[in-house]
Amino acid sequence: MKFKSVFDIIGPVMIGPSSSHTAGAARIGRVARDLFGRQPEWAKIHLYGSFAETYKGHSTDVAIIGGLLDYDTFDERIKTSFEEAEKLGMAFEFIPEVGNVEHPNTARIVLGDERSEMSMMGISIGGGKIEITELNGFPLKLSGEHPAILVVHEDRSGCIANVSNCLYKYDINIGHMEVSRKEKGHMALMVIEVDQNVDKEVMDELRDLPNITQVTRIAD
Amino acid sequence: MEYLFRNVRELVERAEQENKLISEVMIEQEMLVTDRSREEIMKQMDRNLTVMEEAVEKGLKGVHSVSGLTGGDAVLLQEYMAKGNSLSGDLLLDAVSKAVATNEVNAAMGTICATPTAGSAGVVPGTLFAVRNKLNPTREQMIRFLFTSGAFGFVVANNASISGAAGGCQAEVGSAAAMAAAAIVEMAGGTPQQSSEAFAITMKNMLGLVCDPVAGLVEVPCVKRNAMGAANSVVAADMALAGVKSRIPCDEVIGAMFEIGQSMPSALRETAKGGLAATPTGKWLEAKIFGGAVVGSGR
Repeated sequence: MKFKSVFDIIGPVMIGPSSSHTAGAARIGRVARDLFGRQPEWAKIHLYGSFAETYKGHSTDVAIIGGLLDYDTFDERIKTSFEEAEKLGMAFEFIPEVGNVEHPNTARIVLGDERSEMSMMGISIGGGKIEITELNGFPLKLSGEHPAILVVHEDRSGCIANVSNCLYKYDINIGHMEVSRKEKGHMALMVIEVDQNVDKEVMDELRDLPNITQVTRIAD
Repeated sequence: MEYLFRNVRELVERAEQENKLISEVMIEQEMLVTDRSREEIMKQMDRNLTVMEEAVEKGLKGVHSVSGLTGGDAVLLQEYMAKGNSLSGDLLLDAVSKAVATNEVNAAMGTICATPTAGSAGVVPGTLFAVRNKLNPTREQMIRFLFTSGAFGFVVANNASISGAAGGCQAEVGSAAAMAAAAIVEMAGGTPQQSSEAFAITMKNMLGLVCDPVAGLVEVPCVKRNAMGAANSVVAADMALAGVKSRIPCDEVIGAMFEIGQSMPSALRETAKGGLAATPTGKWLEAKIFGGAVVGSGR
């Protein structure tokens, strides 16, 4: 079940005009910002399929920038996000792409600051619901049926054990887990689907573990 | 994760066996799946209902979108009704005008509650606030209207689609209208089975509806499609309450909607490349709004 809650159907409360192209787009932007962990200084946003064809009419661009500024779907400031971004000094560019992608509502956000860069691909599957399909070139295979945690970490021994120990401590069962890395000793990624909702306390504890760069909840 | 229902058959069976309303089954499933209390869940839906009320109120005062393509029609309809000469009847026109009001607010980038999407956000509140005048429901019954709509929408979203880009307008306004029809039946005292008949009858009449927004805006024809979606759902609810049944079971109608969406060309799935968007006037409006540029040409 991709849509778990009645509020995926009756909701979200949002600024119009489109749940997939405005609210979903804002959520994709916000997850990207969340994964990056701080306000980016610049962002390049590649749009595919229906996103590329209709982004101006649907205010998809304004919404993604709103998300990158950490605005929720109902935040009135979405309407003036371009001006807000300018005030904060965040440079951005939209690149409509041609060619087919698996899902018609796809966005790839590349963002960064002087310290680091990040790339993320997200899709908007309807009614404001989104999925993240790629992070820094790592394909994410999330069923969307369970809450999931993404952990970006240094490729060092003990990281995986520490994370799973922490989840065990809070009695959170791991349903599916994938670990991947680009190069030995560099950045690695854990994708963990769990059976229980993960609350803030657990998230904070995970973040404080050694060699953990970023922890984010998605699809819950 | 355990679910109380995965399709309409299971939903209706559970409601009838346990002698519960469909809204009650939805509330119980929500408690189970999200591990939250009934009180919290009811409160959240109450808030969504308030957002819907405020959107209708705002739309009935008259709003206009930035493009100028939509706005003011909800007011026209209310003024027309006030003269007392309406042919289709006050309840139907009231539903239509309140659906239009919501979508006019949405098009103007106002605050709305997606039901199930923003482009189709008018139908459920439009019908709810019109039927209210006839049935005089309590606040809780109005909240339950949204849970019943949500229960059917949950099945559609998980077994077919509620995205215009994936399945055309039938997936959005089609789903919204069918959800509303099922909820009207429950509020009017119909059985869970009658809700499912109303859903099927509505959806059957929305099958094949394409998503062809002029200039890629959620305005033309979206606002008026919400109007007709609302009218369709009120009529289908009456049909089901009269005892009319759908020959094709509800879940199979949902399956057909999914199949039709899959075979729809991408030009008719929210790309603004076909249908009304590709008419001479549609193209002219697009050029006028975006200063002569063609949207999505790779600028």
